[in-house]
Formats: sequence, C-alpha cells, structure tokens
Amino acid sequence: MQLPRHWRLNKQRYALEGEICTHCQAKIFPPRDICPDCGEAANTPLAFSGRGQVYSFTKVNQPPASHEEQAPYTVALIKLDEGPTVTAQLTDLDEDQQSVEIGIPVEMVTRKLYSDGDLGLLIYGYKFRPLIEHA
Amino acid sequence: MITKSNPDDILIAGIGITPVGEHWSKQLRSLALEAISAARRDAGELVPEAIYVANSLAPVLSSQTQLGALIADFAGLRGVEAYTIQAAEASGGAAVRQAYLALQSRQIDVALVVGVEKISERPSAELEDALVMSGDADYEAIHGVTTAAQAALVMQRYMHEFDLPEDAFAGFCVNAHANGANNPLAMFQRAIDEKKYAKAPMLCPPVNMFDAAPIADGAAALLLTRAGVFPQTPAHAQVRIAASSQATSTLALHDRPDLLSLSAASDSANKAYRLADIQAKDIEVFELHDRFSIFAALSLEACGFAERGEGWKLAQDGSIRPEGSIPICTFGGSKARGDSSGATGVYQIAELCLQLQGRAGGNQIPNVRTGMAQCLGGTGATAATHILQRVDDS
Amino acid sequence: MDQTRAEPSIYQPDRKVGIVGYGSYVPRYRLPASEVARIWKGGGGTPIQEKSVAGLDEDVITMAIEAARNAIKRAQIDPAAIRAVWVGSESHPYAVKPTSTVVAEAIGATPHTLAADWEFACKAATEAFQASIGLIGSGMAKYTLAIGMDTAQGRPGDALEYTAAAGGAAYVIGPADESLAVFEGSYSYTTDTPDFFRRAYEKYPEHGERFTGEPAYFKHITAAAQTLMDALGTSAGDYQHAVFHQPNAKFPQKAAQILGFKPEQIQAGLLSPKIGNPYAGSALIGLTAVLDIAQPGDHILLVSYGSGAGSDAFSLQVSEALTERRNRAASTQLYLERRTEIDYATYTRLRGKLILK
Repeated sequence: MQLPRHWRLNKQRYALEGEICTHCQAKIFPPRDICPDCGEAANTPLAFSGRGQVYSFTKVNQPPASHEEQAPYTVALIKLDEGPTVTAQLTDLDEDQQSVEIGIPVEMVTRKLYSDGDLGLLIYGYKFRPLIEHA
Repeated sequence: MITKSNPDDILIAGIGITPVGEHWSKQLRSLALEAISAARRDAGELVPEAIYVANSLAPVLSSQTQLGALIADFAGLRGVEAYTIQAAEASGGAAVRQAYLALQSRQIDVALVVGVEKISERPSAELEDALVMSGDADYEAIHGVTTAAQAALVMQRYMHEFDLPEDAFAGFCVNAHANGANNPLAMFQRAIDEKKYAKAPMLCPPVNMFDAAPIADGAAALLLTRAGVFPQTPAHAQVRIAASSQATSTLALHDRPDLLSLSAASDSANKAYRLADIQAKDIEVFELHDRFSIFAALSLEACGFAERGEGWKLAQDGSIRPEGSIPICTFGGSKARGDSSGATGVYQIAELCLQLQGRAGGNQIPNVRTGMAQCLGGTGATAATHILQRVDDS
Repeated sequence: MDQTRAEPSIYQPDRKVGIVGYGSYVPRYRLPASEVARIWKGGGGTPIQEKSVAGLDEDVITMAIEAARNAIKRAQIDPAAIRAVWVGSESHPYAVKPTSTVVAEAIGATPHTLAADWEFACKAATEAFQASIGLIGSGMAKYTLAIGMDTAQGRPGDALEYTAAAGGAAYVIGPADESLAVFEGSYSYTTDTPDFFRRAYEKYPEHGERFTGEPAYFKHITAAAQTLMDALGTSAGDYQHAVFHQPNAKFPQKAAQILGFKPEQIQAGLLSPKIGNPYAGSALIGLTAVLDIAQPGDHILLVSYGSGAGSDAFSLQVSEALTERRNRAASTQLYLERRTEIDYATYTRLRGKLILK
C-alpha cells in the first residue's frame, strides 16, 4: 500500500493542478520545479480547465496485472487546451454511438484509477470522456 | 574505409552469446556465467578487472539486487569491482559505454560487460507491470499503459500524420524473420511473409503481434580491452569502438516536444558520428532498437537514414535487407532473435562485432567495415549508441 | 394538570436559507428490467422500464464529485467558501473514511470545512439538507454542499434487483437572497420501523416485502407532508410540483394521490421509470429535474423517505434567479438521454458480482 505516494498527488489527480512559469509563461503539467522550456524556477500553481483533444489513443486488451480487472480499456494522449499533453484513460465510451478519433474534443472527469486490492486504498484521478454537450 | 590500429583503441576482444528463450531450469547467475565463459574463451581467457552488468528487471522479477557482486562471486571473479548499469532497455549499450569510459581512463585494462535478464520468472501480466516501470510511474503507468500501448500511441499518431497504409510496417517483420532463419541462436527461425503479417491479431491497435518483439531470457557478454593490452596475435579480426555516446530525452511520452521524433536517438547518433568522424552514409550495417516496429522506423529517421515520416519506406522497399543500402537486424533483431530487455544492447554489439569480423555465418554481409548499434530505454528516454569499425593492420 | 402533547413545530431557521446551486449525475449504462426478468423469471411484468448502472470506474465518490461540480457551476461561488461537505448514501466506498473528504478535496473546499458522511437509508441526503438549513440558518456558515448519491445493490433474483440503481444530486445551500429556490419550512417524522435494513458486513439488504408499503413508506411520507403543509397553511393545490422518494413508479404516484396531488404535479420529478431507484439520490435527483423546468414563483414540495424509518419534508419557492442559473450546467435530461444499454452479463461484471479472486 503506497499511501504517501498517491496522497501527495491529490491536487494533480483531482484538479489537474500544474504550474505556470512566470518567466516564459510556459504552462506545465505535472508541476516540476524547473521550467523545461526556459530552465528557470517554476512554482506558481495553475489549474488546467480539463478541456483538450485526443492526440493519439489505443486499446489495451492485455493489461498489466495491476489493471487486469479493468480490461479492456482505452488509453490516450490528450493535448490539453492550454498546451501540455497528458496520458490518461478515456472513459464513458460507447463506440456504437461515437468512435474515438484523433482530434475529438474531450473533458476531464474524476474516476477510480486503481484500487490497491480489496483492502487497499482507492485511488481517484483524471480520465477523459467525449464532451457531453449542454445548452 | 581502412582503419589502422592504435594502442589506445578500445577493442572488443571476446564475445559470448546464449540463445534467447525460456530457460526454465537456469538461474540468472548461471545464464550470465554461460555467456561470460564463452566470451572469455573467445578472448583467450583475458581476466576482467571490472564487470558491468546490464540488467533492468532482476530487482522486480527475481527479487535480486546487487547483481555486480552476485555475478563476480558466481563467475569465479570474487573481489573484482562490479556494478549493475540500468537504463531500461538501453542498459546493454549503457553498460558498454561505462566499460569504454573506464578503459579510456586507463585505470582498467580489461572490462567484462554482461547483459542478462530472466524474463520467464513471472506470468506475463506481472511482467507488463515491471516493463512499464521504465515510464513515468505516477503519470503513465498508473493509467494502465503497457509498453505495447505506448508504442501503439506513437504508431497511431505516425500513421495518422503521414496517412500510411495498414501494412506499412510489414517489411520490418519480414526482414527480421528472414535473417533470424539463418541464426541458429535465434528464438524464431522461420520466415514470415507480408500475408501473415496482415492477418496477425492486434495487440494494441495499430500494433499487431508481428510488430512486437517476443521477450524472453538471455545473456550476452563482451570482453573489452585496449589494443595495447591485447595479445599480439588475436584469434579474430580486431574490432574497435570508434564512438560511444549516450543521450536522454523526456521520460514520459506525453512530454516529448515532438512525439514522432526520437531526440535522444538523434542526439546520441550525431554525437557518435562526430566522435568517429564519419557520417550516416558511412554506416554499412545498423543494429537498431526494434522492440516495436515503430521504433525501428523512427530510429532510421533519427539517425539520418530517412526523412521524418519516411523511415517505414526503407522497410517497404527492401533497403533494410542484407543486400540493401542500410541492413538492419542482421541476426534477426529483437523481433526474431528475441528481445531480452536490459541485455539486448549487448546482443546488438556482439552481433555487430561478429559482422565486422566476418563471423556472421549465414547472415554475413560481405566486406562490412563500419557499423552502428543503438538501443533505446522505454519509449526513447535513453539512447546508447556505439559505432564499431574493423581494424585492418598490415 | 394534563400533559397534553404540544403541536409539533416545523423547522424554520432564524435566517432564511435556500438552494444556491444544484447538479445531478446519472451514469450512462442502463439495464432493462426485461433482462432481470429474462434471467430470473423468463418473462412477466416489471416494476420499471430500466435502471441506471455505474461503470467500472465509478462509485459514489466519483459521481458525487461530478454532481458537485455541476452544482458549483450553477451556484457560481468559490468552492473554498463551502464550510460543510455532506454526502448521504447507502453505498459509501469505504466503511471508514468519509466519501465527503475526497469530494471536498476534489472540488477545492478543503481544508477549512466540515466533512461527514450521512446515513439513513434513502433519506441520508435530506438529513444533510436539514443540517444545512440549521448551519446556515443560524449564521454559522454561508454555504454547504449536501449530496445524495448511491450505487445501490440488489440481491440477484430479488425484487429489488429490478430497481436498485445508481445516481443522485448535489446542492449548494446558502443564504435565501442568493438562492434560486428558498426553503419555507421543513419537517421530519421518524419511528423505529424495520421495513428494510442491512446488517454490517452483509452485502445485500433484507426487506419486508409488503410491510415496506403502508406502515413504512406511505405512513411516513404522508405524515411528514401533511404535518408540514398544515403548519404552513398549504395544501396540494398550492404546489406546482411535488417530488417524493421513488422506490418504483407506483409508490410515489399513490402517495401523491393520497395527499391530493394530481399526476401532472409529480410528472417532472418522476424519474424512476427511466433510471430506477438510486436510493439516497432518488428524491434529490427528482428535484433537479423539477428545477430544470420550474418557473419563478413556483412552489415545490419535496418529501424523502428512508427505511428504518423516516421522512423529511421541505417546502420550497422558486426565485427569479433560477431561469438564468439552470443553464450553466448539464441538465438531468441530458444525463437521462445519455444511454448505453447493457445485458445482465455485463451488469454482473460492472456490479462486482463476479468472483475474481
């Protein structure tokens, strides 16, 4: 059971909290202490909106043991509207109604990522789904 | 290109290779010793003063760390300085680089590099968890990506951006298996044609079963020394390391500024070309990273053999075949010879050396003098590149 | 001197309180009741059309978070101003570790907040409503978040399996002058009535079949509703809408009839035919469907029911603010229309009824 490891990522997992570099305005997710673009210190928090597009995707049919109970599932690279790209599962898919394609807009939802066995911690975090439109 | 010997040259003095496969009855230490013994025999029983073990998975799959001391102890080399060098699937090349640097420093005169992995210890689903540790644990692995899924994410985008036909990558598998058929140590020794590739079941779309190398147990060893130390009448043609380099890129796939460009591979290859004072066109044989066919295509592009988005064409038009302009995977590569994760980089250099020495048997490419070997860690976060040249005296 | 029992007074706070924002959530999967019948009966009548089922990666925590985000979108407040996050459910993911703490963290209400999980069968969330009215009405806090959400389980083959569903709603409760609907008064009616219960460590509940009707559901709902209306001096005709707890389609319709409501008054909030009974989310999500179409000035009667047993009744009046605010987030109708039909086999996998280890 890796309790501190997951707890310390709560803000990133629940709210996509990253950083903005005050020197070069680069938007960074996940947060890191040095801006990968300009090399200066980057510490100012920035919550991403959760909107983005599918940059690439694939289906996992032979999962690792840790994720066996979830198979099959779709993983994707999501390019967030603000710039950074994240790895995440796509969820709430119904491929009969709408197939996944590169470029479709998606939104962040908070879902169960992983459960450390029947006795362990439930880890929640970001996944993405095709937009559910509303007026 | 004729290369004259120089006493400061770092030479590959001996080679030992075990077949890649499911060695159920062999422990990691025994498998390593098999390769080491063969390499020492090949080198005229040189005694190593330092041991570099290339291994990525033993701590997770075999609950074993400190392989340097383990192997030194088991191989009759108690007391010798020894380490594990780990850079995921680039461990092999990285270990050779460390041996190279130590020899160049002159503090070490003879170095042993042994790549060894025991893959068959665990069920495949547990292996998948271990393999994906080469990515970002908190931002990639936690989402359930596998190494095949990561390759698929890259391949999917590549095929989308360049609008490729479904069987664009068939040539890599066909080449690997045709070459593997001539390699008695290969895991798969039967040819596969385009039709079979087209019918292969999907792993993670668009990666199909024949786009992915089989992964199994293996050990390969090299003895390296400086030319000034080596016996005067070597049993085989001498091969020197003309360049050794390593570079890194972002760990996570999603952080790559350009998903379809292996910047660590190109940085490392360009450094190596400069060090060897040659260009890409001078490379006559390339043992590249073909754990997944997409990485073979991207490696060719990264190392200057094809433009961006055109690496796959070299497979399509036969350029990568033994008779082509840039032969790759001449012993079968990861795809047919078999992949052994952290040990693969050592296999590549061993096979390249055999090519340059004229000892490649049925896979021999005539008159090759200069070749390159490159292995990548994970999805390309580490690249270790070596350029080898045959030394001709007299 | 005779000790005559005093007239029960209804709950009315010192400061007026209302609903500042609301949001619902229903997962997309639907199990037709005909599928349950196919496996267990081979045909025959079914109490509802279909029920909603949570996906593999969903639970009360994830659904509550989405409903809460919808409510905050409508309320347009800084989540840090929420001073209590209260989730009522019968299917909290942990036996010990509140759903509310995860929800509070996820929506940005931590650390300066109360958080607690509520439990009283299907009225767990309206308990949180009553407490919210007290906390805000007394001036202790400006906003609370009260959520009712469930991923209810029915024993395979049992009558409840047709209807036990997933879904619910979240409410940002705050001062009346910021509200889209204001509480005029509330009331609770409670007795020890063992109509439906689940022992600790048991997976599925027990229920008293027809005993859950007249002495349980109907007695408490009608007593709570009638007492509240009498104290306010209102009757069924004064309300444009009424929402009752909906274990199936028939019970709320009959309760409405007993209290003098016409079918069209409960129509907007009657969701059980489409999604089944999401237990602690049932009355609350019914209310969101009403708020999605209600007009300023409308009166709404909300009456929950929790087995064990009790009912909470609330009288609300809609304000001018509703018309603009309701468009800020997904409507309940949108979630209802978002639908993927599943079969009984898929359902057993999604509901964890397969032994995997």
